[in-house]
Amino acid sequence: MRIKFVFNGREIEVETHPGRRLIDLLRADLGLTGTKEGCGEGECGACTVLVDGKPRLSCLTAAIQAEGREVLTIEGLRENGGLHPIQRAFVETAGVQCGFCTPGFIMATYALLKENPDPTPEEVRAWLSGNLCRCTGYQQIVEAVLLAAKYLRGDALRVTRNEKTP
Amino acid sequence: MRKSGPVEIVRPKDLREASSLVREGGMPLAGGTDVFVRVRKGLWDPPFLVYIGELPQLRGIEPREGGVEVGAAVTHAELLRSPLAAQLPVLRLALSTIGAPAIREMGTIGGNVANASPAGDSLIPLYLLEARVNLVGPEGERSLPMEDFILGPGKTALRPGEIIRSLWIPFPEGKPLPYFRKVGRRRALVIAVASLGALFWLRDGVVEKARLALGSVAPTVLRPREVEKALLGKPLDPGLLRPIADELSRLVNPISDIRATAAYRRRVAGNLLLDAAARLPRA
Ligand SMILES: Cc1cc2nc3c(=O)[nH]c(=O)nc-3n(C[C@H](O)[C@H](O)[C@H](O)COP(=O)(O)OP(=O)(O)OC[C@H]3O[C@@H](n4cnc5c(N)ncnc54)[C@H](O)[C@@H]3O)c2cc1C
Ligand code: FES
Ligand code: FES
Repeated sequence: MRIKFVFNGREIEVETHPGRRLIDLLRADLGLTGTKEGCGEGECGACTVLVDGKPRLSCLTAAIQAEGREVLTIEGLRENGGLHPIQRAFVETAGVQCGFCTPGFIMATYALLKENPDPTPEEVRAWLSGNLCRCTGYQQIVEAVLLAAKYLRGDALRVTRNEKTP
Repeated sequence: MRKSGPVEIVRPKDLREASSLVREGGMPLAGGTDVFVRVRKGLWDPPFLVYIGELPQLRGIEPREGGVEVGAAVTHAELLRSPLAAQLPVLRLALSTIGAPAIREMGTIGGNVANASPAGDSLIPLYLLEARVNLVGPEGERSLPMEDFILGPGKTALRPGEIIRSLWIPFPEGKPLPYFRKVGRRRALVIAVASLGALFWLRDGVVEKARLALGSVAPTVLRPREVEKALLGKPLDPGLLRPIADELSRLVNPISDIRATAAYRRRVAGNLLLDAAARLPRA
């Protein structure tokens, strides 16, 4: 079966089985291994990607469920060849240690900050409750999200200024 | 354990075709948060899956006859975002405890109901609000109250080829005080050890009417009608409700499993009623 979807901003068409897991499609077929598989059962969040802007677990998603939608993975966050501000914030607060959980946390964070640009620490914790990390103890991750929120609010400000003063 | 290859999935073009594919032995697939987990664990081995998650007839949230009709394939997150759900605070309280954000974006209300788990969190508000389950199948449509639809753990009144089309949820009269709390071991993704949802209508500081629904303390969600009656005329005062809470603990019929013992669940059931009384305003 041919499945069409928008992948990291580009429309693509792949030949696959409709029941193939999205995570296998991403990692094995498309060769983008940023998305991680931890548990494969919905419990750890490592495989989180965005589908139409909303967080989804790619280990519990079939290829057919991505058809016609927009899929965004960690690889799609690169900005001008560099790190996305959320990625930068994770590095700066040591919210990344072994890094296995990081793509999932970052994608979930991306969805959160789009909905809620100025979350409280409690809101951050509640939102990320489906993502497990075995290294950091979470405190640095919460700090990373709050810092990323600051960066993104700042960036937004810069963009508007640039628009006003060409 | 399924060893080779992914499970077969077909996408019907409409509800009719979906129903005949289910009749042929296909298992409905909506969000997949239960189906994929169980297929992977080897607990279920359906010959093929019928993807109904995007059928337009299952996707609406519409006002209807003094309530709201929610398509079976509406996700928990979509329902939480809907202004109509804002009129059903007890539903919002319960849905917002389901999983973590990604699970709420994926899982559907129809999937939660069809699953018939005594721990299914959407079931509690649906019992409290006395919702109806609208079914469509080879012999046409029918509609059942929640309590007649759910028959036991994982058991429903679905006939061969039948699909849940929608849930009809009536708005309750007046403005009852809503309560929902589930007790579990991990805040996110908790499968309830015990949960209580309630609606209290108060007048002059005492209960004029009450509905309670408990999860995970019996083979199905439980409406303890004796206790609902016993609450009439009482103020929401945890001190005074202690005997009724004890009665509730006696009445439930929990099991022991890896998450908790039966005795613990009994105790939590009663305590949740006291918690409701302690948290809600008394007038
Ligand atoms: C990590 C994790 C955490 C979870 N946390 C919670 C939680 O906190 N609370 C909770 O209640 N549940 C929880 N669940 C369970 C699950 O997410 C919910 O039950 C969800 O609502 C199921 O919906 P779905 O669309 O994903 O169902 P699916 O997996 O697609 O289907 C579930 C069952 O329903 C049947 N079905 C689906 N739609 C229909 C229909 N329209 N007509 C007839 N049959 C149908 C399917 O054939 C299948 O038997 C969790 C699951 C996971 C993986
Ligand atoms: S790999 Fe998908 S949730 Fe763990
Ligand atoms: S950084 Fe290692 S699991 Fe989170």
